[in-house]
Order: sequence, then structure tokens, then C-alpha cells
Amino acid sequence: MTPTSSSEARRADRITSVRPVAPRRSPRRSRRLASNVVGAVVVLWGAATAAFLAQMALPGDRATAILNIRTGQAQERTPDELAPIVDAYGLDHPVLVQYLDYIGGLLRGDLGTSYQQFRPVWDLIGEQLGSTLVLTLTGILLAWVLMIVWVTLTAGRGPRVRALGSAVDTVTAALPPYWLGILLLLFFGLTLRWFPVMGGSGVNGIVLPALTLAIPLAGFMGQSVRAEYERALDQPFVLSARMRGMGDLGIRLRHVLRHGSIPAVTLTGWALGATVSGAVIVEQIYSRPGIGKTLVSAVGAQDLPVVTGIVVLVAVLYVVANLLVDLVYTLTDPRLKTS
Amino acid sequence: MTTALPRKPAHHERTSPTRRRRRVSWSLITAIVFAALFALAAIAPGVLATDDPTAQNFADALQSPSLTHWFGTDEAGRDLYSRIVHGTRESLLIGIGAAGIALVAALVLGSVAALADRVTASIVNRIIEVAFAFPSLLLALLLVSILGPSPWTQVVAVGVSTAPGYARMVRGQILSAKNAGYVEAARALGHGWWRILGRHVLPNAIRPLVAVFTMAIGQSIVWASGLSFLGLGVAPPSSEWGALLDAGRASILQAPWLTFIPGLVILVLALTATTIGTHIQNSLEKGR
Repeated sequence: MTPTSSSEARRADRITSVRPVAPRRSPRRSRRLASNVVGAVVVLWGAATAAFLAQMALPGDRATAILNIRTGQAQERTPDELAPIVDAYGLDHPVLVQYLDYIGGLLRGDLGTSYQQFRPVWDLIGEQLGSTLVLTLTGILLAWVLMIVWVTLTAGRGPRVRALGSAVDTVTAALPPYWLGILLLLFFGLTLRWFPVMGGSGVNGIVLPALTLAIPLAGFMGQSVRAEYERALDQPFVLSARMRGMGDLGIRLRHVLRHGSIPAVTLTGWALGATVSGAVIVEQIYSRPGIGKTLVSAVGAQDLPVVTGIVVLVAVLYVVANLLVDLVYTLTDPRLKTS
Repeated sequence: MTTALPRKPAHHERTSPTRRRRRVSWSLITAIVFAALFALAAIAPGVLATDDPTAQNFADALQSPSLTHWFGTDEAGRDLYSRIVHGTRESLLIGIGAAGIALVAALVLGSVAALADRVTASIVNRIIEVAFAFPSLLLALLLVSILGPSPWTQVVAVGVSTAPGYARMVRGQILSAKNAGYVEAARALGHGWWRILGRHVLPNAIRPLVAVFTMAIGQSIVWASGLSFLGLGVAPPSSEWGALLDAGRASILQAPWLTFIPGLVILVLALTATTIGTHIQNSLEKGR
């Protein structure tokens, strides 16, 4: 046998070998928590590094680019003009020092300085973050309500109802947020005049924007919940509950929903990120205050610190949300508590 | 072995008696008709268009949909239907380009995550998971702000930002192909690692991607139009669908059809792609 073929054999061995289950001894809960926290730190560090690299990646000389972005011109600059910029952003330092400065700044809560407005990024987006967060959370909550009602009504019924149920899931999941937003605006805002068209404050103003986020998300979650839900309906515990004389709706809400909603819990952590995408668009449509407008104009002007600042903030939100989701996970699925 | 078991769980059988399988799938036929129309509009827009897409006629400005102007007219009196038909090529090319970039990136990342040694694989896997969890639009906007808004940026940004989701899928496919019975059989026959990989694992992992690619085109167009809608992609004089949406937003109160109809067209295209993709996926699964 040649050495290559023996190494091939070893690789082939790796291809087919099933990973050993390896049950490790240590309290499972705290190990889970520890690994989650380590994972969260790694994610944040990765996001910060990506944010730094993005700022480095601006084409051309950075000082010239920054000055041109600030003045809205595109021209060559003399060293005298560039000196204050180089000084302010520390561009004359080695890259590693700039990187450590950036990370250190983030740890102190300093997200950088806007190229365009020469103000701390936090001042530009800090106060708007709350409004976006309220919108996304309301959207997710509404999506859960819509999804549960729709799936409970249609899953595991006659073939027609089931087909209708999953068809609605598919179509709503595919709805582009910008179009859905306009549709709701035209229908509820202009035709029925139930809700304010632009920038309404308070509870009334959030209904349409939140619905715009919620409807596609409900469809998306519905697709995976429906499969799990119908599987749960065939389980023996449903039969035994029925034999105990429990009503159909009661069984669905008490037993089946608990099993069926597990994929949706997983998706919710992801959804907090995904609804931020939607929120950017929705805020544009409804002229709602939030990070969306600042973000879009910053992207257009290539004001990178603002964009990366938002990226880092969203990463923080994502990490917190996922730690919470993991907690909810262990609460809804008792099997995870004990090994 | 597991291959002897029925593939579908029992509760699916309840709704699919043999009679149903022979019935014509109307959703598929509708999707194919739309796909053909979109293809025709992209290749030869002149055949479908009723008007010159750039001909301005201010006397006819902001007309609502009628027999002469099927989808109405915009603020310069241009026929919206003809503009949509002429915008098909650009919209589709952006979608196909972005889907292509996404899948190539996904193939590379997914294969590394599934086949490399444990350390590399877990690092790449972690990157995929984080990038997947990150809001796609934000990722795309980050790229746009580095590269500056342009149609090319749009293709790259949408492609890169949707890649992580597909990379996860590729990784899963390769992993499950790797552990399949036929790989074990090939190994028992004494075939080498590369041969097994090239002849068995990769073809079986990649085949489902045909379906995924079809769906990805639809999704890419939805995202790319989102960028145009925000004014960060193709600019309004073009009749790319997202740009039409963005342009229509200015007169949304007087002429809602200018945003409603382009959005509807994007949705129809996305649904067409999803329907055809799902059908390919199902027939691949049945054929196995």
C-alpha cells in the first residue's frame, strides 16, 4: 500500500464513522450556560472585528475618503487638509493599534465617530434604538398570536382546510415587507382610515408597522410549526387526553401547542435579527422614528462608523435574545433539563 | 437498515391517496406559465410590451389602470406595464447573479464546514451560524456602504448576505450523504476517499441545490428590490422593479398602483420560483 492510499483509507474511515455520543459528567445546566456565554462572547468579538475590517475596507486612502464624505465632494486633498482627520481617527497608528483602540472603545461603549456629522455614533442612534426595539418586539409578539390562532384553526383538520392553511403560510412568508407595508397602508390607512398613515405616535401608530413585520414572520413560523403540530396530534398522549374527556380545543392549546411551538421558539431568536431587517424598511414606509432612517442615509453616504455601530448594537441584541430564547427553551421542553 | 422503512411518516399518507398523485397540479402549471412569460419578457421585451417604456406623455400622467394602459401610467405619462416588461431582464439578471454568488459561496463554506478537519470545520461552522443569524439586510447594507450603491454592489451584497442560509443547507446535505448507506457500501468495496466524495457524496449533496437555486432566484429578487426600494440599488430612471417601487412611492397617495403593481409582480415572481423549486425538490425526493 502506498502512503497516499492509507491516508485515503483513514479519511474514508472518518467519512463513515458516526460521532461518538460521549455523555460527559457535569451538571448539564451550568455547562450549557457556560458554553452559551462563551459562544456569546465569541459572536460579539466576531461582530466587532467584522465592523473594524469593514471600516478598513473603504476603497482608496481613508483620510481622503473621510474628508470627501464629510464635505460631499470627490477630490484629491493636500496633507495639510488631511492632518486633522488623520489625527482625529488615529489613522497614522499601526493597524493593530487601531484595532485595539476600536475594541477598547466598544468596551467603553464608544461606537466610533460619524464621518459625515463628526458626532459620536451613539448620539446619533442611541435614542432611536428604543423605538426600533419596541417595533420589532411588538412585531414578534403579534406574529406569535397570528401564528398560533391560524395553526390551531387549520392544522390537522380536513384536507381542504389544511391545504388552505399551508397555502396561506407559504404566500404570507413570501410577502416582501416593503410591499406588504404599502398594502396595509393603502387599505387600513387610506381606505378604511382606521390607523394613521404616517408617523402616528402611541399604540395606534404601531399597529400597521408591527403587522407588516408580523404577517410574513407568522407565515414563516407557521410553516415549521404546522409540521410539528400535526405530528403531535398523532401522538398517544392526544388519544389519552381525548379518552379522559378533554375537548378538542383544550387538547390543542394545552398539549399539542406546547410540542408544536418548539420550532417557533428556536426561530424567535433568529427572528429578532430578521425583523430588524424588516424594521429598517417599515420605518421608511411609515416615516417612523428609529434606526432605519439613520442607517439608510448613512449607507448612502458611506458613513461607515454609523453603519458598523448599528451592526455591533444589533449583534449585542442578538446575543441577549438568544440567551433568553435558550432559557425559554428549557422551560417549554422539560426534556432538556435532565439528561 | 433504515432504507427499508417507508420514507414518509404515516400522517402524510392520509391526504395523498394514489388518485391524487395523477391529478394535474394547477399551481405548477400556473407557475410554469408565469415563468415562461417572465423569460419571454426578459429575452424579447418588445413582444409583450404595448408601448415604448420611455415615451413621455404628460397629458396622460398618473392615469389609473385602464384598457389602454393596463397597469396605469406614471408621473411622466409612461406606460407602467411596458416599463415592468422592460425591467424584467435587469431584475432577473440581478436575481440570478445574486443567487449564483450565494450558492457558490455556500458550496465552498458548506463543504469546508462538513468535510474539513474538526478545528477548521467548527470555526467555519461558527462563522456560518453567526452570519446566518445576522439580519441579511443589515449585512447587505454594510457591503453597500463599503462598495458604494450600484447594481453590481446590489448583486454582490444580496448574494453574500443570503449565502449563510444556503451554506447551512449544503453542510447538512453533505453530512447526511456522508453517513448514508451507499457510502458505507462504496467503502466496503474498497473505494478511496476522493472517489467516494466525488462520485457519491457531492453529487447527492448538490442535486437538491437545483431546487434551492430556483427558489434563491426569487428570494434574491425580493431582497434586491428591497435595496432599490431604499434607494440603495438601481436608481429610478431604470425600470428595474425595485426602482419602479421606489419611484412610485413619491406619488403613493395619488397613484397607489405605481407601487402596488410592481410589488405584486415581484411577489408573483417569488411565488413562481418557490412553486417550481418545491416541485423539483419533491420529484427529486420521489426519484430516489
